Amino acid sequence: MKHSGIELFVGVFVLLGIAAIAYLTVKLGSGSPVGGGTYLLEARFANAGGLHPGGSVLVAGVTVGRVEGVRIDPADFSAIATLRIRSTLKLPADSMASIKTTGLIGDKFVALSPGADEANLEPGARITMTESSVDIESLIGKMAFGSVDKETEKKPEP
Amino acid sequence: MVGWLGRRALETVSGLGDFALFVGRSAGAMPGSRRLLRRVVRGVYEQGVLCLPVIVIVGAFTGLVLGLQGYYVLNRFGSDGLLGALVSLSLVREMAPVLAALMLVGQAGSALAAELGIQRNSEQIVALETMGVDSHGYLVAPRLLAALLVFPMQTALFAAVGLWGGSMSGSLLLGVDPGVYWSSVERAVEAADVRECFIKATVFGVLTMSICAYHGFHADRCRSATGARAVSASTTRAVVHSSIVVLAADYIITSFLV
Amino acid sequence: MPAPDLLLHVKDLRKSFGGRVVLAGVGLDVPRGCAFTVLGPSGAGKSVFLKCLAGVLRPDAGEIGFDGRPLGFDDRAARAEFRSRCSFLFQNNALFDSLTALENVALPLEQTTDLDDREIRARGLEALRQLEMDEHCDHYPGQLSGGMQKRLALARAIVTRPELVFFDEPTAGLDPLRRNAVFAMIAKYQRQFGFTALTVTHDVVEALVASDRVALLDHGMIGFEGTPAEFSTSDNPVVRGFRDSAEALGRSLAAIRRGENIHPDDA
Repeated sequence: MKHSGIELFVGVFVLLGIAAIAYLTVKLGSGSPVGGGTYLLEARFANAGGLHPGGSVLVAGVTVGRVEGVRIDPADFSAIATLRIRSTLKLPADSMASIKTTGLIGDKFVALSPGADEANLEPGARITMTESSVDIESLIGKMAFGSVDKETEKKPEP
Repeated sequence: MVGWLGRRALETVSGLGDFALFVGRSAGAMPGSRRLLRRVVRGVYEQGVLCLPVIVIVGAFTGLVLGLQGYYVLNRFGSDGLLGALVSLSLVREMAPVLAALMLVGQAGSALAAELGIQRNSEQIVALETMGVDSHGYLVAPRLLAALLVFPMQTALFAAVGLWGGSMSGSLLLGVDPGVYWSSVERAVEAADVRECFIKATVFGVLTMSICAYHGFHADRCRSATGARAVSASTTRAVVHSSIVVLAADYIITSFLV
Repeated sequence: MPAPDLLLHVKDLRKSFGGRVVLAGVGLDVPRGCAFTVLGPSGAGKSVFLKCLAGVLRPDAGEIGFDGRPLGFDDRAARAEFRSRCSFLFQNNALFDSLTALENVALPLEQTTDLDDREIRARGLEALRQLEMDEHCDHYPGQLSGGMQKRLALARAIVTRPELVFFDEPTAGLDPLRRNAVFAMIAKYQRQFGFTALTVTHDVVEALVASDRVALLDHGMIGFEGTPAEFSTSDNPVVRGFRDSAEALGRSLAAIRRGENIHPDDA
């Protein structure tokens, strides 16, 4: 009896330990937070500064994927980010991707804003409507010299 | 003075060599040891089940304090959304492996050193040898195997409980949104962090348990004392050396992996 | 060459620690099936002698033969065979206090033989039964009395069916009554199981009753070897000195038990 007691406790402990290890490796440390299938999308940014592989991809504040990689396009020197998206999520073809920051000094992530097109983005498709990351230093610089409202870089006045 | 220094240096080096031989003999005795699994189960019981309460309690308080301290620092910058990242990264990369190892040294390591010391003292180890039983294989090997298994588990439990503690103090007491906290946790921790955590836990486990076993096993070599005093002296040495080694190894592993 | 009926043959065994000579050339022949006792005052080197035989200490010089074959300190094969055919009973029993009585007895079988669990349990219980300990098989050594611990240690020693059992001060720390009981136990089981017993002790009276042969170890040498009857009548000065001091101690102990005053000049 005494022995089966010890073995029972050890068994319970081992199960607990395996559960904790699984939690840490699968839930926290995994590359893809998404169970099941995924597909890849590409997004072209003028500036992908601060965006790293492993960063989150959010739609309406919900994590739907991860940044797979960031590379340079040798043709026009723009940054191409590869995004791995949960395959259950179909995005309209005119969706928009923007690089945003959590808080003032937080991580960069990609926020997707779904459009209204009937057609969906196919796996491997490229999102062209993008908004690059905000260069905080130049923004601060502009604020300091009081020229923010005159020379907005996003929508130059015609 | 110079002579004394030289002697101490020689003693330290030969002690290290002796320790390495001890670990080697224990590892080498594993395949030839009969019914090893039963004693490994016993070792898992000693290091795992009996140490579970202290791991859970210390883990919970570590998480609670990290949540509290982290909140007050991050709040100044308006970044309390990063609380989860702060708590989870400090836990997974540093606090869980180091503190769990220190707690296990305090509970299981000291017990192991004292038990082996008393067994040495009452001739039980010599008795094993005269029976033709390899005392390294019988007493030390199962403890080392158990440590290989138990330390990563205890570390993972420590981290999980700590994350929960951080969310308690962060979101229940201080009003960080739990969803923000947990998504920040999930976004911050990467596979490399978890790998570092388990590498540390495994290395600490083997190092500390072999040091504790070594000191207990050779309690009779204590020069300044005999009998019960020698057992207490060797247990103290086991705990002190293991704790120092945990912190030193932590620095070395971190500098290699980062 | 030792005669074929000799089980253990020791020649010119020497051991010193630092500059202190403990064994200065001990020679001893133990015939098979004999209850052999090595007597000697405290500090005569009895324990060191036994540890050299057991292979725990490395002798400085000398040779040991077991069953007609030499037994070198580093000869692994010979040592392993020696260990499988011998058992030791330690002064303080060296029982494992985290194991029950049955687990203690089963330990040497579990760790050195390929028997299966059922067989080990059966043989362990049998050994306990032979020493009338079977109803205590689930008790821990700490729950047993001193005499029962001794019997348990003997059960563990005989469970491997050894040919030679070494007894290191089996009566240390026991009162005269228990000493008698322990020697009676050794003699009884030695005859019952037919093993050869080599005992080291300083209890003259009990040893003389229970042994076939006695040797006296004094100042690292064997000062006398012979039958108990020869020992009692020998006029070898070393033997007489040891015998007399032991008898004087016995008398004063008897006096204490009778409640008399002891006069130091009696002793």
